[in-house]
Amino acid sequence: MKNNSRRGFMGKAFGAVAAVGAVASLFAMKKSWDPLPSVKAAGFTTLDMSGYNENELVTEKWRGKPIFVLKYTKEMVAAFNETQMGRTIKMSDDHYMVNLGLCTHLGCIPSYEKDNASFLCACHGGTYDITGDVTKAPPPRGLDIPPFRIEGNKLVLGEEGPEYKKMLADGITLKA
Amino acid sequence: MAHFTKATSVKDWLNQRLAIEKVEKVLASEYWIPKNINFLWAMGMVLMITFMLLIVSGIFLLMYYQPNVDTAFYSVNYTIMREVDFGWLWRHVHGVAASVVFLIIYIHMFTGIYYGSYKKGREMIWISGMLLFVAFSAEAFSGYMLPWGQMSYWAGMVITNLFAGGSLHADGLVEWIRGDYVPAQAFLSRFFMLHVLLIPLAILGLIGLHFGALRIPHVNNQDGEEIDFDVEAKKYLDGDKAGSKVIRFANDFMAKDMLVVAVYLVFFFYLVFYHYGFAMDPVNFDPADGLKTPAHIYPEWYFLWSYEILRPFSTDIGLMAFAFAQVIFVALPFLDRSPNTVPASRRGLFRFWFWAMLIDMIVLTSMGKLPPEGAFSTIGFVAALTFIGLWILLPIITTFEKKA
Amino acid sequence: MKELLILAVVTVFTLVTYYLVEPFAHHAMHKHVESEGFAYADLPEITKTGDVARGQELVMGAGACIGCHSIEVAGMPAGMSPTDAAAAYGVNPPDLSNMGAVLEPKFLAALIKNPAHALDVTHKFDEAKGQMHPMVPFYGAGGDMDQEVADMVAYLQSIAVKAEDLTPAIAFENACGRCHAVSYEKWTQIGETPTFKYKKDALAQEIKLLEYQDSLVAYMGKLPPDLSMYIRSRGEHYISTFIENPQAYLAGTAMPRVGVSKHAAEQVIEYLEDAGDTKRHEREEIGQNVMIYMIFFVLFAFLWKKQVWRDLH
Repeated sequence: MKNNSRRGFMGKAFGAVAAVGAVASLFAMKKSWDPLPSVKAAGFTTLDMSGYNENELVTEKWRGKPIFVLKYTKEMVAAFNETQMGRTIKMSDDHYMVNLGLCTHLGCIPSYEKDNASFLCACHGGTYDITGDVTKAPPPRGLDIPPFRIEGNKLVLGEEGPEYKKMLADGITLKA
Repeated sequence: MAHFTKATSVKDWLNQRLAIEKVEKVLASEYWIPKNINFLWAMGMVLMITFMLLIVSGIFLLMYYQPNVDTAFYSVNYTIMREVDFGWLWRHVHGVAASVVFLIIYIHMFTGIYYGSYKKGREMIWISGMLLFVAFSAEAFSGYMLPWGQMSYWAGMVITNLFAGGSLHADGLVEWIRGDYVPAQAFLSRFFMLHVLLIPLAILGLIGLHFGALRIPHVNNQDGEEIDFDVEAKKYLDGDKAGSKVIRFANDFMAKDMLVVAVYLVFFFYLVFYHYGFAMDPVNFDPADGLKTPAHIYPEWYFLWSYEILRPFSTDIGLMAFAFAQVIFVALPFLDRSPNTVPASRRGLFRFWFWAMLIDMIVLTSMGKLPPEGAFSTIGFVAALTFIGLWILLPIITTFEKKA
Repeated sequence: MKELLILAVVTVFTLVTYYLVEPFAHHAMHKHVESEGFAYADLPEITKTGDVARGQELVMGAGACIGCHSIEVAGMPAGMSPTDAAAAYGVNPPDLSNMGAVLEPKFLAALIKNPAHALDVTHKFDEAKGQMHPMVPFYGAGGDMDQEVADMVAYLQSIAVKAEDLTPAIAFENACGRCHAVSYEKWTQIGETPTFKYKKDALAQEIKLLEYQDSLVAYMGKLPPDLSMYIRSRGEHYISTFIENPQAYLAGTAMPRVGVSKHAAEQVIEYLEDAGDTKRHEREEIGQNVMIYMIFFVLFAFLWKKQVWRDLH
């Protein structure tokens, strides 16, 4: 019947208009769920690299996670092989370890064994060398390197500078 | 075990297990509504939509609100209003809807009074409706505490003080309600619980009761005519849709309902975006300060008539008048002694009673906002006495009402 | 037709109630003060044309302004921290770099000659009772005092930002920020709080702020309120007219008549709107889109209703 199909059409048309409103509301709801600007802003930590002493491990914080920062001595750097050199961050004449202090196996925080110049994860026995490269299973890879950008003698964690991008391209670390 | 056959379609599969076709008929396509109604009959649907707006906006506010006396104000006015994407939108929707819902409730209520929709089998609809009014009032009051502004704090202080019962000096009861000597953390936390969990559950239950109470007597109509729904439904189903006195709830009534809802939403969203000051009082944008009372304390507009009945009298009398005002509306089906279920315009003196009550409530509302001085307090006093007088008169005038 | 009548009745009753409860009641509860357009009618106009160079000499020399005031843009930084200055003088003398852009010129002239009178705080600093305002009036450098004052004002105007570059932040910080915090913009009376790595440093800063606030309370009688949400609790008209003449609203208040120009006052209001009504532009934009959508919504609802009811009437 003509009326029925017209009625069916108008009903569907109205339904479509209502659906547009519903979708727009869902969009607004999704945005409300997003992390807040203050949270995203806190996602950047600036480290003043002039404040670190040689061969002294300092644990900083970035996005709520621990960051191992270790300033290498000249002797340590001289003994590094290519893989180890690739993992260090060079700023003017100094070399630093800046690694996420979370075991790449299941996320526990490895402890620093200063005497053996290594890191040992108590959870399942994984070990890393002084540059964070993995030396004993079960961790699948070395400690991750957080995105960083060099700004003078400061390091901004959370931003991707050219040195970090190169590390990603060379497969030295995975994207966080 | 009931007999199940191999399903012929998804619909058939669901139908064998959940009787969806029967449910659809009972609740929608064969739920018969009189044709002789006007747009005021859509206020129930408008209330449902507004209640849903309150729940959805409430959900997003709940994600960021902090029920702690030190951070509540900040969580609302900084985090939600400034930081959360569209946070300001949920807050405005929630505040405006909380205020406008009472406008619709009052229109819905007075429609029922006018057309006698509380009589002859519809008493439970009225009573459950009045209980819903009480539940919504409690929900609104508890919600108003949450931003923890000056008005939140002082309204909380004043209203809980009422429970001291004047000369009864039940200070212990007041402290028990608050969980502290003054409105403080305990008070905020428990009213948060009430607002977010307990009262909404009560409202949902009462809505179920309200709808259930409506099903047997069916919806009223503009003339209060007693319709034989079976006869009229048969006429409709046999093809005489124009001649039948009834229509389907879905889609006939819904189509008209949706139009009224659409017009209402234009008005509603206009308020949300452009004219919201009435729903978000400026005084509440000052953080709560227990050592400083605002120059003017007043409840939200929908409580003003009630507040004004409390004010003109001495403490004890005022409390009794206030208690009277809260419960008297529930008794309407029993105080109206006339069996006439026709619109007020055809009920002799009741017609004047209706308009007098409506105007009196508006006078009480406006006086309740004004400082209790001079002419304002006199008018308020007269209006409060009129309110009580009208209710005393009701059984008298309706007893002598001519049968329609 | 009948439905239109019903709608009219409902609308009229609603609007009457609204009118009585909102505009009428608020009018009855709150005093209304008209704006005077920041004319400062009680203060005399500047009649002389100021000489910038001579003004600079005076400000740096005989005027003795720099004895208490810093002028950052002229290379004269503050000698003491705000906390120490407040403790020493009772109040922290403002930096003068942008006062020429923020304050109304004739107010500035009057202020230099008689601070308590210009600031409208003579009820607090009554010369007759020996209560001296912390700022020493300028008694002249030997010549025509009106000319000298005009020169000093001209100099201060010359070093300040141009009117079009007067940002809301500059206007607020200079006119209000020494007494009023705006936590939602991270503004305290001693400036924006920096982020500290060590808790000890953060606490040290907090102590400095609290000590400053103690001096402020001693000077003002109570701590001036945080203005973060004032644009919504007081509204634009109240704030604007209040700044213009605090005594008109709160007779006997310790808040001085700050003497801002009309343009600076508008910038201050905008600052407060950014603080307390941050999303207003987004609200207006989205509001417009929603209203347009709702018109379509009504149209389609109407068309559907018409179709459904065609064979029901």
